Amino acid sequence: MFYREAGDFKTSYRDDNQTFPIRLDRAGYWIVLFVAFCVIPFFVNDYWVNSIFAPFFIYAIAALGLNILTGYAGQVSLGTGGFMAVGAYSVYKLMVAFPDINIVFHVLIAGGITAAVGVAFGLPSLRIKGFYLAVATLAAQFFLVWLFNKVAWFYNYSASGQINAPERSVLGVVVTGPNTEAWAKYMICLVFLVVLAWVARNLTRGMTGRKWMGIRDMDIAAEIIGVNPLMAKMSAFAVSSFFVGVAGALFFAVYLGAAEAGESFGITKSFLVLFMIIIGGLGSIFGSFAGAAFMVLMPVILKNLLVGTMGWPTEIAAELEFIIVGGLIVIFLILEPHGLAQLWRLTKEKLRLWPFPH
Amino acid sequence: MTTDMNADSYVTEDGRTIGPVVMDLKNITLRFGGVVAIKDISFDIREGEIRAIIGPNGAGKSSMLNVISGFYKPQEGEVWFRGSKRPQMRPYQVARQGLARTFQNIALFDGMTVLDNIMTGRLNKMNSNLLQQAIWKGKAEKEELENREACEKVIDFLEIQHIRKTPVGRLPYGLKKRVELARALAAEPSLLLLDEPMAGMNVEEKEDMSRFILDMNDEFGTTIALIEHDMGVVMDLSDRVVVMDYGKKIGDGTPDEVRNNQDVIDAYLGVSHD
Repeated sequence: MFYREAGDFKTSYRDDNQTFPIRLDRAGYWIVLFVAFCVIPFFVNDYWVNSIFAPFFIYAIAALGLNILTGYAGQVSLGTGGFMAVGAYSVYKLMVAFPDINIVFHVLIAGGITAAVGVAFGLPSLRIKGFYLAVATLAAQFFLVWLFNKVAWFYNYSASGQINAPERSVLGVVVTGPNTEAWAKYMICLVFLVVLAWVARNLTRGMTGRKWMGIRDMDIAAEIIGVNPLMAKMSAFAVSSFFVGVAGALFFAVYLGAAEAGESFGITKSFLVLFMIIIGGLGSIFGSFAGAAFMVLMPVILKNLLVGTMGWPTEIAAELEFIIVGGLIVIFLILEPHGLAQLWRLTKEKLRLWPFPH
Repeated sequence: MTTDMNADSYVTEDGRTIGPVVMDLKNITLRFGGVVAIKDISFDIREGEIRAIIGPNGAGKSSMLNVISGFYKPQEGEVWFRGSKRPQMRPYQVARQGLARTFQNIALFDGMTVLDNIMTGRLNKMNSNLLQQAIWKGKAEKEELENREACEKVIDFLEIQHIRKTPVGRLPYGLKKRVELARALAAEPSLLLLDEPMAGMNVEEKEDMSRFILDMNDEFGTTIALIEHDMGVVMDLSDRVVVMDYGKKIGDGTPDEVRNNQDVIDAYLGVSHD
């Protein structure tokens, strides 16, 4: 009844352009931000951060990145895991080489390095499209993981072949290494996520986003209107890889603490993030969040349900979990091929008319 | 009243001023392998005029439009635009020179709203960089608002206010055609190419579209080159007509001249081979 734009008049194009044109949406957005920044940090413990919040935030960043490339610019990529590895190994090398510089800069520079690598592997997209491009990015995935396993310089010749995040702090608070407090982990991931989501939203609603979507929807028409396909595709690869690189850096430095390329950033990571954006909704910022939440929360909820509530043995529950999550994905995609974002849109459209649907 | 159509500029019977030559095509030949799509065609388009290209199916009209918009590279011949010879260019570079076009089969961006589609038409008017757009402050926001205003003018002009925020994929055919025209018009082109703007429309929609084309030409002084099959529309709208058949030019002149040209009559009505 309150969820509608009637009476909420827009008198300038600035008002009309805003992300949440409906008053209730705007209020909801600020409430979510307030709770996330000012309430949850005081209550989180290790379990909540490590099994839900940290992976959700980090995967949401990766999903935003892949959604920019695949959902907005229409370039399929299966190299997400590889690009996350680039972010992780870059941030590791930087942390070790320049211990005095703040880790926030390390993470951002790692994103920049990943962007450059992403552009290099994105070059084939100028000639090939669709499945063929997917195969080319798959090559990037395998090559990058192989590179980080083979060249010992990347893991500083450590005997185990692993990289371990040294202890670093931001504003006097430890954010990496084994002594990190739960709320610090939570906060650093949250800040990166909120800032990057805001950037993603700005880019996709502006001219850059229109160029990307033009290339996605009809590349020939886009070019005849004046979109330079080279610049549009490369900027999509660069921005997307930046996001994925930051996600990889945080995944290693803040969340895992120790990583090994093949194990932490293998092809399954690529598919996991791809599932997230397909389930969440291609070409939607909200969809990236929804998809990441779905894929992170689903196994946790199932595990609690099967083991905790129903008392099944852990091994059986672990196997069943795969089957149930897989089944849910299939059922879900048949029912709503455009993902959670589309469900959300439909709900909102119905809500706007409720309770008088005519 | 007779007018000297070779003069630098002249005034038409309905009082519009036709300026000097904007686009001059000289001896264009286009081949696809062994097939000659366009054979040694020359014609010009003058500022402020409505220029029609007509001809039977497969005559090479769309190929001609694709040559003008830089999508095909002719094997021979030169394209002169605003008094200078155009070098080899990619289509997006041609667009930057002030050329816009619509397509025979609508080529809109289905996943975007009508407004976003039209805003895309203005991309050559905006030059904020990626970082400015990322933070959405200063130049990026200012540009966005200014260009929104320009788009709203086009939206008003083409009477599509009510579908502004609708995704294009949901629109019916006639409206899609109109949105595509809006997108081309938003670019404020110095030459607008329309590839069959009335294809598949009913009489009422055709009348609307004709009115828009005339108004565009009249109010914004847009130079228009169009391909059309509806002879009534072509003869009513255009100042000069080029007739093509089998890749060759068989007529060029005012609608009246073309109507009485024996070659044109033969091409359209057929000729007995005896």
